[in-house]
Amino acid sequence: MSTPHSLPISAPYAHGANTVQKTMFTVLLALLPATAFNLYLFGWPAIFLFAVTIVACLAIEAGCLMLGGRRVKPVLADGSALLTGWLLAMTLPPWAPWWTGLLGAIFAIALAKHTFGGIGQNMFNPAMVARVALLVSFPVVMTAWVLPHPLLSNDAPGISQSVAITFGGKTPDSVSAASALGYVKTELSRGIPVSDSLKEFSRDSKMTHMPDMMDMAWGYKAGSLGETSAVLILLGGIFLMIRRVISWHIPVAVLGSLFAMGALFNAIDPARFAPGLFHVLSGASLLGAFFIATDYVTSPVSKKGQLIFGVGCGLLTWIIRNFAGYPEGMAFAVLLMNSLTPIIDQYTRPRAYGRTSKGQPLPLGRE
Amino acid sequence: MLISVGSLTAMGVVLGGMLGAAAKFLAVEENPLEEELKAMLPGSQCGQCGYVGCAQAAAALARGEAQVTLCPPGGKSVVEALAKKLGVNTDFSEVEEKAPEYAVIDEDLCIGCTRCIKECSVDAIIGANKLMHSIITEDCHGCAKCFKVCPTEAIKMCKVPQTLGSWHWDKPEEHSIH
Amino acid sequence: MKLFPIRGGIHPEYRKELSSEKAIVALPMPAELFIPLQQHIGAPAEAMVREGDLVKKGQMIARSQGVVSAPQHAPTSGRVKAVAQIAAPHPSGLPQPTIIIEPDGKDEWGELPAPITDPFAASREEISERVALSGIVGMGGATFPSAVKLNLGIQHKLEILLINGAECEPYLTCDDRVMREYADEVVDGARIMAHALGAPKVVIGIEDNKPQAIAAMNKAAAAHANVEVAAVPVQYPMGAERQLAQAITGRETPVRKLTAEIGVVVHNAATARAVHHAVRFGRPLISRVVTVSGKAVREPKNIEAPIGAMVSDLIAFCGGLSTTPWRLVNGGPMMGAPLPSLETPVVKGTSGILALTVEETNDQPASPCIRCGACVTICPCGLVPVEMSAFIRKDHLDVAAKLGVQDCFSCGSCSWVCPSHIPLVQYFNYAKGMLSAQAREASKNERVKTLAEARNIRLEKAAEAKRAMLAAKKAQATSQSENKASA
Repeated sequence: MSTPHSLPISAPYAHGANTVQKTMFTVLLALLPATAFNLYLFGWPAIFLFAVTIVACLAIEAGCLMLGGRRVKPVLADGSALLTGWLLAMTLPPWAPWWTGLLGAIFAIALAKHTFGGIGQNMFNPAMVARVALLVSFPVVMTAWVLPHPLLSNDAPGISQSVAITFGGKTPDSVSAASALGYVKTELSRGIPVSDSLKEFSRDSKMTHMPDMMDMAWGYKAGSLGETSAVLILLGGIFLMIRRVISWHIPVAVLGSLFAMGALFNAIDPARFAPGLFHVLSGASLLGAFFIATDYVTSPVSKKGQLIFGVGCGLLTWIIRNFAGYPEGMAFAVLLMNSLTPIIDQYTRPRAYGRTSKGQPLPLGRE
Repeated sequence: MLISVGSLTAMGVVLGGMLGAAAKFLAVEENPLEEELKAMLPGSQCGQCGYVGCAQAAAALARGEAQVTLCPPGGKSVVEALAKKLGVNTDFSEVEEKAPEYAVIDEDLCIGCTRCIKECSVDAIIGANKLMHSIITEDCHGCAKCFKVCPTEAIKMCKVPQTLGSWHWDKPEEHSIH
Repeated sequence: MKLFPIRGGIHPEYRKELSSEKAIVALPMPAELFIPLQQHIGAPAEAMVREGDLVKKGQMIARSQGVVSAPQHAPTSGRVKAVAQIAAPHPSGLPQPTIIIEPDGKDEWGELPAPITDPFAASREEISERVALSGIVGMGGATFPSAVKLNLGIQHKLEILLINGAECEPYLTCDDRVMREYADEVVDGARIMAHALGAPKVVIGIEDNKPQAIAAMNKAAAAHANVEVAAVPVQYPMGAERQLAQAITGRETPVRKLTAEIGVVVHNAATARAVHHAVRFGRPLISRVVTVSGKAVREPKNIEAPIGAMVSDLIAFCGGLSTTPWRLVNGGPMMGAPLPSLETPVVKGTSGILALTVEETNDQPASPCIRCGACVTICPCGLVPVEMSAFIRKDHLDVAAKLGVQDCFSCGSCSWVCPSHIPLVQYFNYAKGMLSAQAREASKNERVKTLAEARNIRLEKAAEAKRAMLAAKKAQATSQSENKASA
């Protein structure tokens, strides 16, 4: 900071209270309930993986900053690397081995963020780059879902067993389960209509794959930390909107288009397509809509652009879920739309005061 | 076989003919780049670049023989325009920003020899033989040619002073961002 | 009254309570007054007095030069001590010619122009001439000569004279106090201006965080059917001319055009009061109300100060500084300029003197942009600060110009809202300054080119004439010799 009466610094000499750090920590606060509840649901292995991922992200951020000859402390303190690590951990299978967290952190921070120039410069959402890179490289590990084993419950793994799961890669076969989206997709490929597999879970929720809608909303189902508890993620998202960290444009556009596509095609062919609400409540829809697609750096800056971006994310997610090889498409959809952000920005600049939307001065003469 | 050979030959003849015609009718007399570069230069023919006039300097630039930084009176903006046109990457911070100057005649020393009047490429010096000369400040572009020929050192080059009108804000310091 | 929304804007901490309840007090006459020749947009005035001259209060001491210019008057009676170069109240602190007056303490009025007893019977020219003669300029801070603006009615069909009492800048309360304490003078001045402009209606726009000012103005306006008070919402920058005009009429002023194009002329409330004084009493603009505020000032005040009083005199009158201020500001915190020092004079456009602590400014080191888009949302001009600043940082000024950086009026909203504390406005000020310097240079080069071409043509013509003369001589010589030979 300069001292008074040195080089003239231009106005304004007043400044709002918002900072990058405050913004990031508000997002973390919004994630906290869902995270805490899910860590409880999935027990010690999830807690270990969560810790590994975040520590790795922070360490790699610090390393990259040092290599770039930049100040480490203030940038690390802004909370962006912490948030990336947090979000990445929320998209990993909770009982995945420790190296997924470390590898993911390298993908996210070193490759997706710092090769582009660090915070604010990256084109793609770091957490999603890491998730997709891991998913493509290690499809088996990255789809090894488990049913919740809440802490302190009878079937929860103990500490030593948990260490073995996270650091020894010894996941007991008996606990594996499919995520809702994955289950529906597999059943469909076996010729069982979506409507039937959806019915099956409510009857049969205790022993197999599909939780009922209430369980689904609260999070008693297989999936990653950020995918399971729809209600708490939704609450976090609403909190962010109330605090004006994010606007409604992207979440509403993502969920609205996803729901609309789901409902429309479900009405056309219920045997082939799952209903709209199922799409909104399953997989990473809510986490993606409120926390991933709304990432400032990689989404458009204007409200109009954000609506286009959100609709694009929703449509692509629905298309990938129904027609592509993967059961979940949110990460791919966000990354694809990230690549379009610059062009969306270019075509959705607001109309300047006193100019037409083409940038010409407004015609003289009164309306 | 015959058809394909025939059609290809026909196409070759027609297109070749069109190209030939285009070359003839749309021919450009002068090197267009040279003209464009000439338009960018101040056009005062002051000769400080080492060439006779701006046209010759533009020709040299177009041939790639001269540097984009050749024109002192043009200042940074001309350097930038030339560099952009020619696709040259210049580190503009390296370009020494020569403060614009203007010439002033010391009335006591002037002997009225008219040498400076003959030298001035913009007719900014008024006066006559044996009479004191003076310079129209607004028209002077600071080429300093008069300064060099004055036999009595009556001409001084002064920096154009900064005024409230010409002052403007500096760029924010870069290190404060990263 | 139906109001219209304006785009973007912010809600900074106003901190007007520091001085809003302080009645206007007159500054005791300082030992010396410093009257710069340039206190307005346009050509500087030309000094009419010399060292040692005695002047009376209200006497013209510098005459205007050209149409867009304004004269200066002696704020009190006394002796001209010098005409010297004094640091301007401008961020550069560059010296500029200034008349220094030593008051004699008598405060004697000189001979003033006769009051215009019935201004509503007077012609447009008479009023605008009086305003020009009285050295009145826009007192909101723009300092554009008011008489020039009063002539806009000649070419434009005007509907509304809009009196700007929005005072949307934080801290400033000078217009608020003027409207509360001198409501009748403001309304009278406004009506005179409307008459000169040929505008049938007067609207006084006041932000609704000034209920007393609104009440006072409503009371003063009640007697006049064509004067109306509009309470506009608190939304910075509501007090910007184009934004206020839009809030009142719903019309947008085309870029690079005057609000007169949409039938509106905007004048500041304090300017209206100055017009009242000039027309009704023949008194020129020799003092103004200045808000001295900020938490580094012991006792914030609204001071009626003579033009030319040193800032240090005003600060001393407010009990001095309680701590070393982090920023010394001339004007409001959003659009004001840094004061180069306390030893610069109050001029006609000085609305406030702020001594701010670091807690008030909340200055923090800048960090990289995170593209949050807040600047895009709040920009009242509909620009994209995030993109413009990125291009300016890389000195791609041509791209920034295409994105409309010259449409920006430096309201400061983007810098205020930026979570990364990036000095966006300074980037834009820099770009605007560079672009206009480049334009000046280009036009100079153009002129040089024309002159050089003219010279070439002249030289060629001279050479041709010489050749022709030589040829004629030669021809004569040969014919003579031929004649001789034949003879």
